[in-house]
Amino acid sequence: MQVADKSTADGIPDYSVEPSVVLKSPTFHDITETIVKPIESPPSFKWLMALAISMALFSVELIGWGVSFYYGTGMWGNNIPVAWAFPIVNFVFWVGIGHAGTLISAILFLFRQKWRNGIARFAEAMTIFAVMCAGLFPLFHTGRPWLPLYLMPYPNKHAVWVNFLSPLVWDVFAVSTYFTVSLFFWYTGLVPDFATLRDRTLGKDLISKVKKTIYSVLSLGWRFSNRHWRHYERVYLILAGLSTPLVLSVHTIVSFDFAVSGLPGWHTTIFPPYFVAGAIFSGFAMVVTVLVFIRYIFDMQHIITIDTLEKMNKIILLTGTLVGYAYGMEFFIAWYSGNLVEQFVFINRAFGPYAWAYWIMISCNVISPQMFWSRKLRRSVPIMFVTSIFVNIGMWFERYVITVTSLTRDFLPSSWGWYNPTFTDFSLLFGSFGMFFTLTLLFVKFMPLVAISEVKGIMDIAKPTHHHGGDH
Amino acid sequence: MSSSNKLFALTGLFDTPDEIMHAAETASKKYRKYDVNTPFPVHGMDDAMGLGESPIGWVTIIIGSTCMLLMLAFIAWVSLVDYPNIWAGKPYFNLPGYIPILFEVTVLTGAVSTVIIMFTIACGLPRNSHPLHDTAYMQRTSDDKFGICLEADDEAFDEASAHELLTSLGAKKIEPIYFDAEKEKSGLSLLNPWFLGFGGTVAVGMSVFVYLAFNYMVFEAPYNWMSVQPRVTHQKSNNVFADGRSMQKPVAGTISRGYLPDPYEKDPETMGKFVVNPLPVTQEVLDMGKEKFESRCSACHGNYGNGDSRLPSDAYPAGPSLHSPKIVDYTDGRINHIITHGQNVMPSYAKQLTKDERWAVVHYIRALQRSQNPKETDLK
Repeated sequence: MQVADKSTADGIPDYSVEPSVVLKSPTFHDITETIVKPIESPPSFKWLMALAISMALFSVELIGWGVSFYYGTGMWGNNIPVAWAFPIVNFVFWVGIGHAGTLISAILFLFRQKWRNGIARFAEAMTIFAVMCAGLFPLFHTGRPWLPLYLMPYPNKHAVWVNFLSPLVWDVFAVSTYFTVSLFFWYTGLVPDFATLRDRTLGKDLISKVKKTIYSVLSLGWRFSNRHWRHYERVYLILAGLSTPLVLSVHTIVSFDFAVSGLPGWHTTIFPPYFVAGAIFSGFAMVVTVLVFIRYIFDMQHIITIDTLEKMNKIILLTGTLVGYAYGMEFFIAWYSGNLVEQFVFINRAFGPYAWAYWIMISCNVISPQMFWSRKLRRSVPIMFVTSIFVNIGMWFERYVITVTSLTRDFLPSSWGWYNPTFTDFSLLFGSFGMFFTLTLLFVKFMPLVAISEVKGIMDIAKPTHHHGGDH
Repeated sequence: MSSSNKLFALTGLFDTPDEIMHAAETASKKYRKYDVNTPFPVHGMDDAMGLGESPIGWVTIIIGSTCMLLMLAFIAWVSLVDYPNIWAGKPYFNLPGYIPILFEVTVLTGAVSTVIIMFTIACGLPRNSHPLHDTAYMQRTSDDKFGICLEADDEAFDEASAHELLTSLGAKKIEPIYFDAEKEKSGLSLLNPWFLGFGGTVAVGMSVFVYLAFNYMVFEAPYNWMSVQPRVTHQKSNNVFADGRSMQKPVAGTISRGYLPDPYEKDPETMGKFVVNPLPVTQEVLDMGKEKFESRCSACHGNYGNGDSRLPSDAYPAGPSLHSPKIVDYTDGRINHIITHGQNVMPSYAKQLTKDERWAVVHYIRALQRSQNPKETDLK
């Protein structure tokens, strides 16, 4: 706390000491009050406006899904040769967004990065909402969204089993595992906070009683007992340890959907690390976009600090540069392999009919994050907001470029084609943002946005000053 | 509150982590049944209370690896026993390809089982009827205070001495907590008839719904749009055409592709008289004729045309010998007519054999006839 105050006071940062996560030296009670304030106070005008816009967009998506459900996938622009277009682009985009949440909640937890605590809960929620948005696209792309059971290996009347060697089946396992484990991880973290909310809901009117009942059920009757905390902390560590390889496996398997096929531009071994880096990149950008808004709407500048956002921007810079390296390496390998079809595909990407999409991708993903080399720009909220939106646009176009350029022009010029998205495609793309923001806004209003017990646990006053036979 | 008369515990609240650590250490020397309630896990508290490491990690390891092995056994059974298929030229059992699924199953079952077992078995939750719930003590420890709770069940417990201990430790607020022993016993349990009835109704309702959905709903509109499509089938009526039929006759004076009429169809004798075999007798033609004869004709006529059918005679009448004087005397065109249009029980082979193949078969039949009944001049 001292360090953080000093660096902001005289403007000379002290890099030798990790700045405190929580500013303003609050007490434990202040933390509780700040975090539960949005939940306990009536909805603000800003929040209601945001919710109205999001729900309007969400209803556009619902209409799009209804049309796709009733009339079928013929309402979309994809057809032979571009059989995979917006649905897979949006799926990969949203799954990638989700990866930042797990990275923040699990990987940074294992690395003992305490700055993560202010944003971990929100990022985990974002993971769950993003995977929900993502899952709808392949579900509807199957053509019969009412038969998702066929994706699972179960004893059926057709006497047929799924092909366990297919990346699409791996995808079903990976994404459903990812969603379930993320949900359990998130809920485990929420249990003590629901208990705090339960103990704060003391009103005698009907609404308070209903609220209290809901919080009691959700908190499972958590009593903050240390005999429970010791299991709880260990489980949290185990979940972080399990989620870390899981999150890497999920986007690896998503990239296998492309890489295992024999199509030029897809059939490359760089895809798994390239996709994982891209997923973290886009996910962190989305976290920054939404957090900048939320800390403004709910007045949480001292819990979601500028230091935290700066660290996020550093990771955006790192992963953005990794992605840029992957773009370059794809070109190098196309040349180095001596494969004419591969070479044609990459030249076609950069200078063919879809060159506009390729250069949008390059300028948004590779060039725009480079401004974060400057500490001043890294700590500027408007700059990081605009950049994070650019990164989101760029990462969406990355998947668009990979999918559409490779499919429109593969081996045989006679089977080349063109892709035109339809109105339904666009309604699903923009509507999925509506779904995501609607869920996010409802979450920040009705659940603790920041992990109350975690933030208290990392405050300076939370550490016992003398240790009693501990190992630290 | 009048019925809450039994003492559950004596509680004390402290302000800082240091004080609660000290209190826990002191209490652990005297009591077994006591607990510390803190708004967040305080570092070193496990050692202060003498609790040691949580064994919950074994759940993850054991359940995760067991389920992984079960999944591997299931995949092995599917790919080796129940549904063996060659996919992409790989072996039936292709372990590297199963690694992603095995990994996901391990993580899924390990994580889910750990969380569930931690909450239910290790912590005894969900439980909303604990005496500590809805007390001022709980409301402070869930916010900003650090509490210790000395339970009355403990053998060494004595209210006066416990109070003295908490005072000497510097507790800011000391409060006894009472509970209703009768109510505690009659609380919600898994055997509650209402709970069982509700759970049973939900389970039966869901099962019926799922059964109906998968056996009936998916075959009704609009879910049947793939099997029931708006299209014109040949026997249906059709308002577009004047004669009201869906299937129209070809335009007068035209012939559909593949439907060139055969002028000799009803007249085998004329064909036998005027049509000659257009193919030359070469090794190639005879090879083709042999191949087609053996695959199409030999089942009934025998490999050498002797009429020794390989098929069960009760179901398929044996074909006649091709070496009878009648057939030897037939012209090439006459034999070709039989192959093309059939005769008696023999069906037409025009669909199975092309025009050239039929003529090649005729040449091969001639070769068979000559080899089975050779003339003097044929022999060396």
